[in-house]
Amino acid sequence: MNEPQIPADSVADSVVRVPNTLARATGIPWRRAALVLLALFALVGAACSSPADDAARSGGAAAVGPAVSTPEGGRFPDGTTVRLLAHDSFAMSEQVLDQFTQTTNAKVEVVLGGDAGVMVNQAVLTAGNPQADVLFGIDDNLLGRAFAADLFVPYASTGLADVLATVSRDPENRVTPIDYGDVCINYDRAWFRDRGLPVPTTFEALADPAYKDLLVVQDPSASSPGLAFLLATVARFGGADNDATDAAWLAYWQQLEDNGVKVVDSWETAYYTEFSGSSGQGPRPLVVSYGSSPVAEITDPSLPVDQTPTGSVEATCSRQTEFAGVLRGAAQPAAAQALIDFMLTVAFQEQVPEQMYVYPVNSAATLPPTWATFAQPAPQPWVVPATTVDTRRDTWLQQWSGLFR
Amino acid sequence: MTLRARWGLLAVPLAFLGVFFVWPVVAIVGRGLRPDGAWDLSPIGDVVTDPVIRQVAWFTLWQAVLSTVLTLVVGLPGAALFARYSFAGKRVIWAALVVPFVLPTVVVGIAFLGVIGPSGSLGVDLSGTVWAILLAHLFFNYAVVVRTVGGFWASLDAGPVEAAEVLGASPRRAFREVTWPLLRPAVAAAASIVFLFTFTSFGVVLILGGVRNRTLEVEIFDQTARFLRLDVAAGLAVVQLVFVVVALAWFARTQQRRAVPLRPAAAATNASPVRGWRARSFVAANLLVMTLLLVVPLATLVTRSLRAPDGGWSAQYYRALSTNPRGSTAFVPPVDAIANSLAFAAVATVLAVVLGGLAAWGIAGRGGGGGWQWIDAGLMVPLGTSAVTVGFGFLLALARPPLDLRDSLWLVPIAHAVVAMPFVIRLLVPALRAIEPGLREAAAVMGASPARVWREVDLPLVGRALAAAAGFAFAVSLGEFGATVFLAQVDRPTLPVAIYRFLSRPGPDQFGQAMALSTVLMLLTVMVVLIIDRVRPPGTVEF
Repeated sequence: MNEPQIPADSVADSVVRVPNTLARATGIPWRRAALVLLALFALVGAACSSPADDAARSGGAAAVGPAVSTPEGGRFPDGTTVRLLAHDSFAMSEQVLDQFTQTTNAKVEVVLGGDAGVMVNQAVLTAGNPQADVLFGIDDNLLGRAFAADLFVPYASTGLADVLATVSRDPENRVTPIDYGDVCINYDRAWFRDRGLPVPTTFEALADPAYKDLLVVQDPSASSPGLAFLLATVARFGGADNDATDAAWLAYWQQLEDNGVKVVDSWETAYYTEFSGSSGQGPRPLVVSYGSSPVAEITDPSLPVDQTPTGSVEATCSRQTEFAGVLRGAAQPAAAQALIDFMLTVAFQEQVPEQMYVYPVNSAATLPPTWATFAQPAPQPWVVPATTVDTRRDTWLQQWSGLFR
Repeated sequence: MTLRARWGLLAVPLAFLGVFFVWPVVAIVGRGLRPDGAWDLSPIGDVVTDPVIRQVAWFTLWQAVLSTVLTLVVGLPGAALFARYSFAGKRVIWAALVVPFVLPTVVVGIAFLGVIGPSGSLGVDLSGTVWAILLAHLFFNYAVVVRTVGGFWASLDAGPVEAAEVLGASPRRAFREVTWPLLRPAVAAAASIVFLFTFTSFGVVLILGGVRNRTLEVEIFDQTARFLRLDVAAGLAVVQLVFVVVALAWFARTQQRRAVPLRPAAAATNASPVRGWRARSFVAANLLVMTLLLVVPLATLVTRSLRAPDGGWSAQYYRALSTNPRGSTAFVPPVDAIANSLAFAAVATVLAVVLGGLAAWGIAGRGGGGGWQWIDAGLMVPLGTSAVTVGFGFLLALARPPLDLRDSLWLVPIAHAVVAMPFVIRLLVPALRAIEPGLREAAAVMGASPARVWREVDLPLVGRALAAAAGFAFAVSLGEFGATVFLAQVDRPTLPVAIYRFLSRPGPDQFGQAMALSTVLMLLTVMVVLIIDRVRPPGTVEF
């Protein structure tokens, strides 16, 4: 076989002037290129097999049999790994997770499963043969679906004693509350100040022609804050049991539509392309977001509270609680329970605001100073009971779609 | 090539698709249509007769046809530009065309809305209209037409055209009667890919199309991932499949009939310097299209990555990329994200090129009777199937021993290869069919073994198509196309995942870093595709 030749003109004619070494590296003869690719292939192959297929995972003694027994002294055998299935927004301090490993000898491996709704549906499809031991991030509105699929094994954590009385919980302890958050209308302070217009403080004001074309919301069938806002309107205006088009809450949405509300697919689009108060600098000064979002927009923490770039409208807030549960069929049920206990400790709880923009449920956990100043939870949030949401949600979404599609 | 040899080449890719595409899809559709062990096909009937779904199907079809036509109309002059002229920056632009493929849709949404959005630079708000969808589809698929047709065109022998002109044909007539018939297989190949992509459009429709414009893909996603109504989802998936198969059958027939064997040419001889006002204005018009379509939207990302909150210019977001002020598990060191992205994409590209190559040589081979266009069409189906169907299918089919791949990192490149393989096949088949059989016969008569004929005749002649296919495969994977987006994964974040993580949080730092990382992803893509474009079999003709 002839030695492959690089066509002489391929480098010389190149319009890109690259340094000589790079030219040599890119004008690669065919065989060397194949070798490089093969080597890369082998390298990735080696990397691919290491973390996931860890033999250690199934080797833990605590995994044997359905009986859950916490080992003596609360320490698990070497190599125990507990897997946490969480939504994409999950974040935690690595240092705090290391504390769990130091006290229990079990490592935490995080598996991310899309947004909360998609994650729960994946778990329902694999019920009994789960990908993880603990599921975190299921909110009130998704519980019905999970319970119907018998997704969780009940576990009453001792940490529940420290949980705020106002936080919703499951009487059967299939899931444990870990954090909660508010979904509220956010406003762009400068926009209203520049126009001498008062910031709206009620739902009714959003339908007032003075605020025409100013609000952007998310499609409630595609977005979790979008659904939370819809639930707030159901709680505020009523008509939850009305299947017809004259349901009171739906009439309010009709007013919003007449007043030029814009509906987009996701929080990201609403906040970063439509909302004028974010770095995306969109045109609309009112957006459905989280009660905690204004903290994230503060670049100077010494500002007075009424001077922050954005704020939230308390009267529009609805509350969501996020839960964790031990998955039925978990390989490490004891370690899973230990992880849920750990998620209720002050160390973990005090991290949830800055890591995930939500509030701790442990009454002993204190808020970070900026949060204490700028982002207290809403005093009287709107709540629709989870059982009502579960039976009525699809009907409400259809009614809503009838208006907006 | 014997019948046995052709099936031998096809066996491995067919087995691969059988396990990683057909089985998962059958599993999830079966779960929907056979809930209690007995088949119940009524969801298909319900879907077909539902007036809302009919409207959605109609919209899906016409926007895809219109997007395809639009992309061809705008893209073909671009292909001519690269095939016929040499000009400064040609290689870099050729590589940079792929950039839209790798950006997460939500970033493209921000880039686009920065131009055609409510406060965009165009001054007209097109968001929520079908115009926004069509423009975004053009943005994403321009490269498919330019690179597929342009690459093929560049390797056409200029002889017949020159002969026609010598014999007195006007350039227009020479194009219509000589060049165009020869180009048609490549045009059909590009059109079929664009059609499948836009027919199954998801993110673009959600982000730019508003709440009223919906495609079948969006419905399938909602029914599967949000409402878990697998029966309705299965009915929709069957409807989508029927549309896709009919379209593919049509494209396959077009290509079968029109393939003409050619004597290949050194492409460098086809491309000439830009001389004369006609040529100059043609080049200028094409570059203007590329600027408006690609540069303007993407430039908004770059400028935003460099804008400090006080309005001045700053590299602070690039510096912030490698810091983790809260010690968070969600932090991704950019170097790790780049390494993960490159590793996954490299494996996916090798898989797609090897498997797609085997399939293409099997399909394009001669001998062994007809009917191969149906296998050809069948191999394209993954590109026209909903990613959420495949993703949730993986969850059901590949979740138990002996094939519990849910935790395996192989799942990611495998899923990407399923989507990238059709690209490779589509680009290689027209190139292979264009090889004049006489060349292979001559080599064989002179004593070359089949392996040597393959190595020294086939490979150099399709080298350019192979490189173009590898470039697309790489970009498809780098952009996180495919089913893995819908699967729970052990955390091994890629660049698009890291970008998405920034964008899902409020605050100027998060936004700025998302823009900075998007810029990094764009630069990385151009660099890698430039390299892929140059790694070719020996003897491959250059521009």
